[in-house]
Amino acid sequence: MRVLVCVKRVPAPGAKINITEDGQSVDATNLGHTMSPHEECALELAVQLIEAHGGESHVLTLGTAEADEQCRWAASIGISKATLVDAGSMDWDPQRTASAITDSIRSIEEADGGFDVMIFGNESADTGGFQVGVRVSRALGRPMVNAIKGVEVDLEADGKGATLEARRETDNGFEVYQLPMPCAIGVKEGITWPRYPTMRGRLASKKLAVDVAVSDAVPGGQMKVRLNRPEEKVSETVILGHGSEAAPAVVELLKELGLMS
Amino acid sequence: MSVLVVIEHDRDQLADASLEALAFAADVAAQLGVDVEALLIGVDAVSLADECAAHGASTVHHVADASLTDYGPDAYGGAVASAAGVLSPSAIVASGSDRGNEVLAYAAAELDLPFVANCLAVKTADDWEMTRVQWGGSLNEEARLASSMPILSVASHAAEVAEPVTGATATVQTLEVTLPESATATMIQDRIVLSEGVTLATAPVVVGGGRGVGSAEGFEVLEALAAKLGGIVGCSRAVTNNGWRPHADQVGQTGTRIAPQLYIACGISGAIQHWVGAKAAKKILAINTDPAANMVVKADYAVIGDLFDVLPAITDIT
Repeated sequence: MRVLVCVKRVPAPGAKINITEDGQSVDATNLGHTMSPHEECALELAVQLIEAHGGESHVLTLGTAEADEQCRWAASIGISKATLVDAGSMDWDPQRTASAITDSIRSIEEADGGFDVMIFGNESADTGGFQVGVRVSRALGRPMVNAIKGVEVDLEADGKGATLEARRETDNGFEVYQLPMPCAIGVKEGITWPRYPTMRGRLASKKLAVDVAVSDAVPGGQMKVRLNRPEEKVSETVILGHGSEAAPAVVELLKELGLMS
Repeated sequence: MSVLVVIEHDRDQLADASLEALAFAADVAAQLGVDVEALLIGVDAVSLADECAAHGASTVHHVADASLTDYGPDAYGGAVASAAGVLSPSAIVASGSDRGNEVLAYAAAELDLPFVANCLAVKTADDWEMTRVQWGGSLNEEARLASSMPILSVASHAAEVAEPVTGATATVQTLEVTLPESATATMIQDRIVLSEGVTLATAPVVVGGGRGVGSAEGFEVLEALAAKLGGIVGCSRAVTNNGWRPHADQVGQTGTRIAPQLYIACGISGAIQHWVGAKAAKKILAINTDPAANMVVKADYAVIGDLFDVLPAITDIT
């Protein structure tokens, strides 16, 4: 089978996220870069699907030329091919991003064959638009379900053709979807346990030929004006006490809040 | 013209987030000088019409298509897009939940319009200006939107649910929609129930543990207190990364957003990833050995000490 996984390079936040003076982006001076946590798990899922069913995996990213680092990370854990759509920016709006990714998938599929499964992160860690995967899947005419925490692929499901069972977590369990393949899913952190690259994987990733593409996708209707830090609730912390001696004060608080009688 | 609110429900159980979406829509509608109307999808969902009216919807449009009894993102998104074509609303609003964002993404893709997710505030003008959530709530984005029909979801807890108007009855209008042929491929096929009772999202008390708990076994003292208070145990990302608790217990940007009456955060430093999932708690009590820990500084109440001394002492006298 052929599996595509889409990832985004984002700053790795620490305890506090600083904003650049012009308010246009996160000040990444003292931060490294990573990919969104959901997508680390998406990558692992792609590798696992190929291990289980055979075939080829492909990572696709859109951003700056530095996203080459994320492509090589993907290769180091076992992804075979990589495409970087060089947008010169990490800030394309969701419509433009989706349009560029759709075009790129079309050209990859023309050259290498169609993908059976496309995996996206549920939302990007930074801009959190919650839509690129759906827009891409819709444009390519493939069913897509987001917020997935469990997957099983059956390549010969009772004569129905290949099917992907996708599970979405609810308050008390899971909803189950049966998607006819080819299809797409947006996954959440926790669906897999990302592996660390082996030394051999790291060496192999250095030799990866990352295919760099450009896009003529036009901007959509949503425009960023600036970033702000939200006002934090200012609360003077009331210290109820130290160690076990504070227990009666905690019980008083529980009663006051109506949480015990 | 109206602001059309897509009501989220699960087999006719109204999602509380929809009431926030109705409250948020009321503000947008007031700016535009139009009414709030609701869109109910599913044959039996019409039973929710009066509740929508009590929360401000002047008219309820009911899509009674038999194939839409259960949820499917393509079908629901298609129904919203089709309804938009018939009703031409000034704007479409839904809750910023898994389903709300997914349905609006599908509808926006179908209509080839922008979709702005997780808005906190909106100013209507020729180009709308909105404040929306970035980085899971750690940052806000001021955005401008050029669209013939703004489509937006409402960030969790961005609007206060209004007191319901008693005795309100809805004007219900049945709406015929055209669904995409692909709609059936993404319908829910089955449900697996793993637990009944309180959940992280609904528990009145959440007892959360972080790296300071030290091991999977260490959570027993948290479990004991949670059981006494009718609450539930949650944890930070460090805990799931260490394999001490399942990912389903994680509170944070990539886990569950909680809003209990009280969050008791034990041995949790308060990294951004965790804080954005916990900050909607009405009150926060931090139990930590470090008085300078971010969680202690941001909490309403704190006990300075070792959670293994403090928690059993509380459990003993509750």
